[in-house]
Amino acid sequence: MQAPVNHYLVLAAILFAIGVFGVLLRRNVIVMLMSVELMLNAVNVTFVALARKGLAVDGQVIVFFVMTVAAAEVAIGLAIILAVFAQRRTVNADEIGLLRW
Amino acid sequence: MLEETALLRFIPLLPLLGTIVGIAAAVADRPRIARIVSPSLVLLAFVVAATAVARLWSLPAGGALHDGVYSWIAVAPLSIDLAFRVDALSAVMILIVTGVGFLLHLYSIGYMEEDPDLARYFAYLNLFTGSMLILVLADSLPVLFIGWEGVGICSYLLIGFWYREMPNADAGLKAMLANRIGDAAFLIGMFLLFWSLASTGEATLNLQEVNRQAGALAAAMPWVPTAVCLLFLVGATGKSAQIPLYVWLPDAMAGPTPVSALIHAATMVTAGVYMIARLSPLYVVAPGALETVALIGGLTCLFAATIALVQEDLKKILAYSTISQIGYMIIGVGVGAFAAGIFHLVTHAFFKALLFLCAGAVMHGLHGELRITHMGGLQQRMPITGRTFLVAALAIAGVPGLSGFFSKDMVLEAAYTGGHRFVWLLGLVGAGCTAFYIFRAYFVAFRGESRVDPAKWSHLHEVPAVMSVPLVILAVLAAVGGWVGLPGDWLWGDAIGRFLAPAVAASPGHHGEPSTGTLAFLMVVTTAVALGGIACAWLLYVRRPDLPARIATGARSLYDVLWNKYWIDQLYEKLFLGPYRRACDVFWRGIDSILIDGIVNGVGEGISAAALVWRKMQTGNVQNYALGMAVGAVIVLTYYWFR
Repeated sequence: MQAPVNHYLVLAAILFAIGVFGVLLRRNVIVMLMSVELMLNAVNVTFVALARKGLAVDGQVIVFFVMTVAAAEVAIGLAIILAVFAQRRTVNADEIGLLRW
Repeated sequence: MLEETALLRFIPLLPLLGTIVGIAAAVADRPRIARIVSPSLVLLAFVVAATAVARLWSLPAGGALHDGVYSWIAVAPLSIDLAFRVDALSAVMILIVTGVGFLLHLYSIGYMEEDPDLARYFAYLNLFTGSMLILVLADSLPVLFIGWEGVGICSYLLIGFWYREMPNADAGLKAMLANRIGDAAFLIGMFLLFWSLASTGEATLNLQEVNRQAGALAAAMPWVPTAVCLLFLVGATGKSAQIPLYVWLPDAMAGPTPVSALIHAATMVTAGVYMIARLSPLYVVAPGALETVALIGGLTCLFAATIALVQEDLKKILAYSTISQIGYMIIGVGVGAFAAGIFHLVTHAFFKALLFLCAGAVMHGLHGELRITHMGGLQQRMPITGRTFLVAALAIAGVPGLSGFFSKDMVLEAAYTGGHRFVWLLGLVGAGCTAFYIFRAYFVAFRGESRVDPAKWSHLHEVPAVMSVPLVILAVLAAVGGWVGLPGDWLWGDAIGRFLAPAVAASPGHHGEPSTGTLAFLMVVTTAVALGGIACAWLLYVRRPDLPARIATGARSLYDVLWNKYWIDQLYEKLFLGPYRRACDVFWRGIDSILIDGIVNGVGEGISAAALVWRKMQTGNVQNYALGMAVGAVIVLTYYWFR
C-alpha cells in the first residue's frame, strides 16, 4: 500500500520549516549552508511526490537539476567559508558583517 | 517678365567665400592674404552684380531676374525657397552695396594697415557684404530676415572690433540690444502676416505674393496691414536708427571708421528704408501706418540734426547726421514717394560714406584725434581730404547741382505736394540745420588756424593713394550722382524714378502733377535754407569766431539740452534699464538664488537626511537579510492564500 501524497507534502513542509529556521537562527555559517540543503531537499520531495501522483516525469527530471545546482552551490559556499575563515578565524554569521553602513 | 538665371547666387556667395578665406588667413596668421583676396572678391561681386543689372536692363520694364537655389522649408502650407530676385529696386541696392562696399574695402587696406587683426577685420567685412546682399536680393521675408540678422551680427562684431577696450564692447552690445527690440517686432509682424494670409488668402511669405495679396488682405482684415506695417516699422527704427531706437548709432562710432562708413552710413542702416520700399504695396493699403512712417522720419530728421549742431566729436556729428539723413529717406517712403526715398538712399551712400572716409583720413593723420576743436587748418596739410570733404559737405547741405540737392528736394517736394505740410516743415528746418552743422565741422576742422598739437602737426600728411583714390571716386559720385533724378522733365528728367517705378507701389496721395510754379517755389525755398545754413556757419565760425561761445553762454539751457542730446540716454537708463536691472536683481537674488536653488538643494538635502536614517537597515548580518526575505515571502503567500 502506498502512502497518500499528503504525507509526503507534510514531511516536505516540516523539512522546509526546519531549514528556514536553521538559516535564520543558527550562527554557524556551515550549519546555515546545511539548512539550505535541507530546504532544497524538501522541495525535491515535493516534486517527486507530485510527479508520482500526476504520473508525469517532469518533476523527477527537475529534481536532478536541483541536485546539480545544490552540489554546485555547496562547493562555492564552502569555498567562500574557507576563504573567510582563513582571513578572520571565525565562521559565525554575526561576526563577518563586512557589508554594512 | 521673369528670367531664370543662376547668376544671382554668386553675388552674395563671393563675399561669403571671402569670409572663409579671411578666417583661414587669421588662423594661419597670414593677414596679407585676406588683404588682397577680400577686396578682390567684392570687386568680382560688383562685376557680377553689374552683369545682372545689364541683363535686367535688356528686359522690358517691370521685368526681373530670378534664381531659385533650392527649396529651403517645405511644410504645407509654408513653403519657402532660398531664392534671389533682382528687380529695379534690388538692382540699385546691389550696385550700391558692392560698389561702395568695394571702395571701402580698398580704403580699409590702407586704414587697417597696422592692425594685427587685419584678417579678422576683412572676414567680418566680407560677411557683412554677403549678408547685406542676401538682404537686398531675397525673394521672401524669411530669406530677407537671414540677411537682416546677418548684417546685425556683423554690425555687432565690427563695432566691438577693438573689444579689448570695454566701451567698444559695450557699444556693440547696445547696438545688439536696440536691434533685438526691432527684430522681435519684425518677426512678430512676419508671423502675423503669415497667419492672416493663411486665413484670408494664399499662405505665403514670398515678397511678390505678399505684395500681390495686399489689397485683398486689407479688404478682408483691415487692421492686419496696419498692424503688420507698424511692427515692420519698429523693425526699421531699430535697424535704421530712427526714433525711438536710434540710440545705438552714435555709440556705434566706436568701430573702425570704414565700418562706420559702410555699415553705419551707406548700407546697413538703410535696410529699413529698403524693406519699406520693398513692401510698398502693403504699406500703401495701410495709410495710417504710412502716415506714422512719415512722422517718425520727420521727427527723427529734425531731432538728430539739432543734436549734431553742437557736437564736437567729428564722427558723432556724422553719426547724428546719418540718423537725420535716414530720416529724410523714411519721410520719402512715408509720404508714398518710394523712389525718392531710395534715390536719397543712393546719394546719401555716396556723400556720407565720403564724409566718414574723410573723418577716417583725419583720424589716420592725427592718430585718433576726433575733436574738431583740436583740428583746424587741416586743408593745408591734407588737400585731397579737405577738398573731397568740401564736395561731400556741399552735397549733403543740398547746394544746387550736387547729388544731395536733387534727392532731398525730391523727398521734400513729395512731402509738400502729398499734403504732409508738417513733415515737410520738419524736413525743411532739418535741412537748414544740416547745412549749418556740416559746414561748422568743415570750417572748424579744415579751415582757419591750426589748433593741432604741434608734435602731431609736424607729422601730418595726406593719406596714401589706396585711401585717397576711394575718396576721389566717391567725391565724383557725390557730385554727379544726383543727376540721375532731375526735377520735372528737365533734360532726361527723373530717370531713377522711372527705373524704380515698376518695382515699387505708386504714391497713394498723388493728386496729379504739381504745377511748375510750386516746384520752382519749393526748390527756391530749400536752396535758400541750405545756403542760409552755410552762411550762418560761415558767419559764426569764420567771420566772427567769438560769437559761438557767446551764443552758448547766452542760451545756456538750450545749449545744454542739445549738448546732452536731450538726455535721451539718461531717460532710457531711468525708464527702462534701471527698472530692468532691478527686476533682474529680484529674479537673480530672490527667485533664482532663494526659490529655485532652495527647491533643488532642498530635495538633495532631504534625500541625504532620509538616507542617514534608512541606511541603518544595512546591518551586514546575512541572517537579518534572510529574515527579511522570509517575512516577505510569508506576506506574499498569505496574500495569495486569502485572496
